[in-house]
Amino acid sequence: MNICGNVWKFGDDINTDYMAPGFVKNQPWELQKKAILHIHPGFTAGFKTGDVIVAGENFGCGSSREAAPANLKKLEVGCVVAESFGRIFLRNSIAIAFPVLICKGITQAFDEGDRLELDFAQSLVKNLTRGTEIRGTPLPPELVRIVAAGGMMQLLKREASQDGTGAGNV
Amino acid sequence: MSGMTMAEKILARASGRESVRPGEFVTAKVDLAMANDAQFPQACKALEDIGLKRVFDPGKVVVIIDHWVPANTPMVAEMHRGIRAKVKELGLRHFYDAGVGIEHKVIPEKGHALPGELIVGSDSHSTTYGALGAASTGIGLTELAYVMYTGKLWFQVPPSIRFNLAGKLGHGVAPKDLMLALLGKYTTQAGQYKSVEFAGPVADAMSMEGRLTLANISSEMGAKFALFAADATTLEYLRTRTDKPVQAFGPDPDAQYEAVHTIDCSKIEPQVAAPHKPDNVKNVSEFASVRVDQAFIGSCTNAHAEDLERAAAIMKGRKVAAGTRFLVIPASHEVMVEAMKNGSLAVLVEAGAMVGTPGCGPCAGGSTGVLGPGETGIASTNRNFKGRGGSAESFLYLASPETVAASAIEGRIADPRKYMPAAAK
Repeated sequence: MNICGNVWKFGDDINTDYMAPGFVKNQPWELQKKAILHIHPGFTAGFKTGDVIVAGENFGCGSSREAAPANLKKLEVGCVVAESFGRIFLRNSIAIAFPVLICKGITQAFDEGDRLELDFAQSLVKNLTRGTEIRGTPLPPELVRIVAAGGMMQLLKREASQDGTGAGNV
Repeated sequence: MSGMTMAEKILARASGRESVRPGEFVTAKVDLAMANDAQFPQACKALEDIGLKRVFDPGKVVVIIDHWVPANTPMVAEMHRGIRAKVKELGLRHFYDAGVGIEHKVIPEKGHALPGELIVGSDSHSTTYGALGAASTGIGLTELAYVMYTGKLWFQVPPSIRFNLAGKLGHGVAPKDLMLALLGKYTTQAGQYKSVEFAGPVADAMSMEGRLTLANISSEMGAKFALFAADATTLEYLRTRTDKPVQAFGPDPDAQYEAVHTIDCSKIEPQVAAPHKPDNVKNVSEFASVRVDQAFIGSCTNAHAEDLERAAAIMKGRKVAAGTRFLVIPASHEVMVEAMKNGSLAVLVEAGAMVGTPGCGPCAGGSTGVLGPGETGIASTNRNFKGRGGSAESFLYLASPETVAASAIEGRIADPRKYMPAAAK
């Protein structure tokens, strides 16, 4: 799986409240969309489908709300590559098969607007603007299996139908 | 071979292994899954979407309505109706409807979290049950759906760090101040992907309510688990709350820690976290000029009976400053009843407090008591992220219930110690 997009940059400790703010909960998607990552006005105004996010430490810290990675996925953010992630955000992203990668040094490797290509299987990040590349921390096989299945519910659907514990015709 | 930390012991048992080491992946059976109104409905839908309509054990999935209570819009009321119907349909044995309290208070109160257990909850502050010696952590709705059906989940065994809490907390210095001081010093990333253990004389002497506060805000440190050894205080707390056998539980004496931090708690002063991060912490005296529109005592962090009692001791015979709103939301019905009986609620109401239904209140931003644009609040809650407690143009300071009470009196951030009766000699 290769993902290619233009970079929006974020700093450290970007919390999930910023990705799924309480003050637009239950509002129409068109309104919610405008509040996603509202702390970066450029992003809100200029995001284009397929753009990607490069972030500092602890991206997605805070609340367990799965709407955070789900909103990024729905907005069609290509991927998030960060120095590190809040642990629940990382788990939630894997669970819904949204591509995320831990990559030490990523913030130095990209300026906003640079073109990024991620080879997810190889954990390899290329800066097509600078002509450089950097390798992230590979996801362990246990988790690759979840992402490859299309997320945990797809995996469960398969497991439940195989072991006969499902509710019948699944 | 060296011994294991609390997290390692629990993950080894839950995954059927002799021992585990940091970095290993395990599939572990959970002893309990807690689900709230924020994620339970979507988790049920996720299961239904793939044709699954049962849970692994109807006694081990606990459902609580607490984020929006009482229902504040027809949409929320409808969502709550759906939850009640679903609980019946799945035959879940433990359900706590609106008004019983906040999940992280109710789970301990009702004896659902026991030492040595592995627990997951659909809320980041599920680390709270570590106060009772349970390895407990937050997950999202898809993982909740998976665990509700299978009773198991993947875990990476975390490295453990230990805070050795030495000395003694000063008069008027609360467990919250200690935790804010730790956040200020070690930052919001100190516990990232780690299991945090609290030990030492201050941890040993701390009440169960204080321990719940520490384990709760450990989430702000990024902690996966936040654990206290289960001791006499734990066993006494659980004595009337569960019929199950309960034993003391702690790390092996030769357990390995990635780091051990020793903190002299005697030096800690009342602390305040300024907007918009919980580790933006300084001594309360640094904020004496900050005017507050609202002071709020509530949330899963700091709305215990003990918190209300200490706030009442400060408010007794005093009034809330003109131009400041004072909001109090007890963490649970049990807390509210106790605060009524011991008189602390009467003191707070006489001082001018608005009292809300036990639940999350404005902390999650979706319910009553939120801040408007340009407003400043001080709260005994856990997060001061921009927009968390209302408008994205509001400013939220975090402090102990004592400091919140003193600030309500003055209408600006205030040191609670000047309002406290002298310490017993």
